Amino acid sequence: MHTTTDRANLPAIATRVRRAIVEMIGEAKSGHPGGSLSAVEILTALFFSVMRHDPARPDWPERDHFILSKGHAAPVLYAVMAECGYTPAADLNTLRQLGSIYQGHPDKRFIPALEGSTGSLGVGLSLGLGMALAARLDGKPNRTFVVLGDGEIQEGQIWEAAMFGAYHKVDNLVAIVDYNKIQLDGFLKDIMEIEPLVEKWRAFGWHTMELDGHDLPALQAAFAEAAATKGKPSAIVAHTVKGKGVSFMENNPKFHGVAPTAAEVAQALEELR
Amino acid sequence: MPVESRFDLKPGKATREAFGRTLVELGRENSDVVVCDADLSKSTFTALFAQEFPERFFSCGIAEANMVSIGAGLAAAGKIPFVSSFSAFVMNKGFEQLRVTVAYPNFNVKVVGTHSGISIGEDGPSQMSVEDLALACALPGFLVFSPADEAATSAIVRLAAAHRGPVFIRCGRMKAPVIYGNGQTFEIGKAVELVPGGDLTLIAHGLLVAECIRAQETLAAEGIAARVIDMHTIKPLDRDAIARAARETGGIVVAEEHLTDSGLGVRVAQAVSELQPCPMEFVGVENTYAESGTPDELLDKYGLRAANVVAAARRLLQRKR
Repeated sequence: MHTTTDRANLPAIATRVRRAIVEMIGEAKSGHPGGSLSAVEILTALFFSVMRHDPARPDWPERDHFILSKGHAAPVLYAVMAECGYTPAADLNTLRQLGSIYQGHPDKRFIPALEGSTGSLGVGLSLGLGMALAARLDGKPNRTFVVLGDGEIQEGQIWEAAMFGAYHKVDNLVAIVDYNKIQLDGFLKDIMEIEPLVEKWRAFGWHTMELDGHDLPALQAAFAEAAATKGKPSAIVAHTVKGKGVSFMENNPKFHGVAPTAAEVAQALEELR
Repeated sequence: MPVESRFDLKPGKATREAFGRTLVELGRENSDVVVCDADLSKSTFTALFAQEFPERFFSCGIAEANMVSIGAGLAAAGKIPFVSSFSAFVMNKGFEQLRVTVAYPNFNVKVVGTHSGISIGEDGPSQMSVEDLALACALPGFLVFSPADEAATSAIVRLAAAHRGPVFIRCGRMKAPVIYGNGQTFEIGKAVELVPGGDLTLIAHGLLVAECIRAQETLAAEGIAARVIDMHTIKPLDRDAIARAARETGGIVVAEEHLTDSGLGVRVAQAVSELQPCPMEFVGVENTYAESGTPDELLDKYGLRAANVVAAARRLLQRKR
């Protein structure tokens, strides 16, 4: 089983993950840096201090399940999985190239260790609920973690799934909203407001927590609280900064889906030390 | 006057009921079989499964998109989920989820659409699926079935459960004429030749198989020997049976309770054009939505009867000359 006992390492891992994200998207000359960088601490906390998993045995029947429902943030998932040892770190810079396992959006056919293929927004929460139900039926300890985009939850299926999760008391699942406030065309408030967000999840019957999504100890505490919460699923509204860690990308809608130039990559790597 | 048929053709169980009853048997045999429903379990007969295995029955409410992806998650974790609703709802409302969360990762989900075609009757076109086979066949990796009667449905539901990979099965609402005895075996992708014949071939699926048998009897009375084929597997097609029919009978009529623009007919035509070009005629729903009425009235009005098959056969024979 994979755990990082030295929790002081987590910030260093997060920085390495950020550097990998910027480099691979720069190399690919396309991709989604902003929403990858905003989710770094969420995935780092999960893969290195919360989830029960074993990179040497991706099909371990008792592993926890992770689904990146906001599939366009694939680079953060690839960087974290490579850091864990699931996939070769040396190949990260083949992102989006023909034949690369690092497809534009997570594709289970290329990386069997993925729990699902995502990229079309709105489907991941349902998928995770199905996996969580199966674990409960079998009396297995697996927990399921689903990372949602804030723009993504404009999709109706998310709220179908939210109703389902509460009604069926799927308490072995946690949904995390990467709430960076920006979607492709601009700020959520200018496209389709999702507030009041915490109240929405509570009204749908979820045990809902709100925190700074870049605060690793806060994330760890919230995941512990979710694990201790019985009878209802948990939702974490994680306030994040789009493009976090790279000054010119932070809160800049441009970097939702535009790759940095070579000069921008160099500058970003200067900042990410 | 219709001649005495050597087929039973008396009204038997609806294929949806055969599905629901077989599902219960599968539930008893395999604890991994689970069911997802979207508030139509009494109509799809999955209520029988719910009654016996409540812990393995997941009520999703009226939310087909979520239901399909819940099924995908269950399959990803090793279950054999049967996801069922009216065909019009599970295929149309769940199509994106079938594409991205079932077909694309090739998860082991069994989709069963009931109340297909126009023979559901009075509820009208919003509930009638006349395009479900087109949608299902557009999903890479899916097996697609349209059984004709109770025995065929029972066998095909079992084949679907045993197959590893996504499946769509099309069922109907009304009582299905009995075609098969207990001795018939079914294989995935292997059509059943119900009647031999050398003058032309009638290919059908679902409810139209019985109509083709009746059409064949009318033609036989005129000295025309029509071969009748039940193409219960829409995908993968039995290309050998199609090539043989084209070669040996020189003309094919395809009859189905589906839009002619996008059903079995166009798939057979594709195979015919590749393998053994021959004249073809098509009987089905022509570029329209139907309306309310009794099933019999609708089948008459929209041209899905033995008489329509006979007329198509005569047009075909004219073209063959």
